[in-house]
Amino acid sequence: MIGSARGASELRSSLALVKRNLSLVRRDGGWELVYMAYEVVNVLTIGFIGVSGNPEGANDRVLFLVAGALLWGFLSMLFHEVAESVAWERWEGTIEYSFMAPQSRVKYMAGVCMWGICYGLVRTMLCLAAVTLAFSISLEGANLWAALVTLAASSLAFIGMGLAAAVLPLISPEKGSPATHIFQALVLLVSGVYYDVSVLPAWMQPLSALSPATYTLRAARAALLDGASVAALSPELVKLLVLGIVLVPLGYAVFRAGERYAMRTGKLKRNG
Amino acid sequence: MAAAVECVGVSKAFREAPEEREPSADRRRGALSWLVAPAIPKRVKVEAVHDVSFDVGRGEIFGILGRNGSGKSTLVRLIATLLTPDSGTIKVFGKDVVADQIKVRKMINRVSVEAAFFKRLSASENLEYAAGLYDLEPREARARARDILSRLDFPARKMNSSLENLSRGMQQKVAVARALLTSPMALLLDEPTTGLDPVSKREVQDFVLEVRATHDTTVILTTHDMQEAERLCDRIAVIDGGRFVALDTPHGLRARGIARGAGEGAGEGLGVTGEELPSLEQVFFALTGTQTDDWLREGGE
Ligand SMILES: Nc1ncnc2c1ncn2[C@@H]1O[C@H](COP(=O)(O)OP(=O)(O)OP(=O)(O)O)[C@@H](O)[C@H]1O
Ligand SMILES: [Mg+2]
Repeated sequence: MIGSARGASELRSSLALVKRNLSLVRRDGGWELVYMAYEVVNVLTIGFIGVSGNPEGANDRVLFLVAGALLWGFLSMLFHEVAESVAWERWEGTIEYSFMAPQSRVKYMAGVCMWGICYGLVRTMLCLAAVTLAFSISLEGANLWAALVTLAASSLAFIGMGLAAAVLPLISPEKGSPATHIFQALVLLVSGVYYDVSVLPAWMQPLSALSPATYTLRAARAALLDGASVAALSPELVKLLVLGIVLVPLGYAVFRAGERYAMRTGKLKRNG
Repeated sequence: MAAAVECVGVSKAFREAPEEREPSADRRRGALSWLVAPAIPKRVKVEAVHDVSFDVGRGEIFGILGRNGSGKSTLVRLIATLLTPDSGTIKVFGKDVVADQIKVRKMINRVSVEAAFFKRLSASENLEYAAGLYDLEPREARARARDILSRLDFPARKMNSSLENLSRGMQQKVAVARALLTSPMALLLDEPTTGLDPVSKREVQDFVLEVRATHDTTVILTTHDMQEAERLCDRIAVIDGGRFVALDTPHGLRARGIARGAGEGAGEGLGVTGEELPSLEQVFFALTGTQTDDWLREGGE
């Protein structure tokens, strides 16, 4: 009882961020619908590419493409929510108030990440529901559990990348956000979201090996298309976890260094 | 007893991009040099705060007056742990703003001239977010916020409309509530009443006095309103070009104006006769080297 009360209070300052974002989503309900609709249409268009052509193997092609689109949707949403959290507070001007609170930065970032995961999951699930209605995909023989484990294992790595990217708007108010978008686009290019990475030119191959999304997509597809078990996927899952374990502390360290730099040089905010 | 806020030899400089470079300078360097050495503008150093030392006693209201760009907000940010000093030390109730950052943050809060909020959210949502970050119990925080806002004459029905629909003055009141919600021991007010109508201004001023009286809160206040400074502050520092040029009680500053005028040979030069003291504004002009300084000097001849 006391333990759980303390747990709640430990989480309270992180949950403040989740609640705030939830309120913002509620206020901007119309826009959320627009994003949702766009996303569904996007996944559908990509799915229809799989339907066209030889009817034989169409199911697998659609599944391959749709899995890519949905996973990428989730990962990029997570990355975006984490990376843009600071840019957003800068834009609203609240950053000085949020950063002046007696809350460790770990808790602030934990709140941002919790939100990113929940928000990304809900939206991806809704999208998945819409897509299953549109395509009569057979998930027979797919291992959904293994696919979910893959998603969880890759969240860490994406949070790590998001944390490192979140520093960009802090040290460069103008160029920060565009830089995170360019980074995101590069990950999309090399990770084999809509094609197998083997089609990439040789010079891009090493980059694809560096991207956690490459392993997420490979493992999730093996689970969905071939019904691979968690055990069978373990080499990919271990790689994802190792990337996560390296990237989260690294991303956080980069972010803290950036914050200290901003406080030394007056980049946090200047007017007033 | 240790001071509430203690600044010793605090300096802070910024590097600023200079004004637009004249194109002729580029032409002289030639097109090739642009390739070799891409145009990195030489940054100029701005000494925003220079070697400032002062103590603020517990429960004191300490005013900082100065012209635009004189370094007031920078000084407030240094105390607020939002900027790290280049040199010197700042302690808040004995805790160093750099070494004991989180401890200092627990004891302070700040109101800045621009009310920074999530504009799409309502006052109560914004306050709830702030309370959450400070780990306050939600129900208590809500009651407290309502209390403070009604004390400031903030209409209760506006609690749930989004901040972007509130007037500037109302937003500023929400900002005051946000700062006081956390019961800070030291309150940093950076032009809290700029843009408020005379009545609202009064309300905020009265509230500051009341908070000090009831909670022994230490207040550091910057303002451009001389009357406000005189009404609220126990002591006032005048800052000019990042340096403190005077530090005294409001009365002391005005009396010093007389002394200064007298020192230069003619009390009448101040435009005051006999026992009458110059106004704080006159002293401000004199100390910040604006037109009245010449007028002072003319008076001295
Ligand atoms: N973050 C920053 N980066 C670069 N220069 C800055 C920064 N903050 C302040 N300055 C510069 O430092 C000087 C002091 O600015 P500051 O904001 O402290 O003045 P102020 O006294 O608060 O002025 P005002 O009355 O207009 O609010 C100015 O020259 C300003 O341009
Ligand atoms: Mg200022």
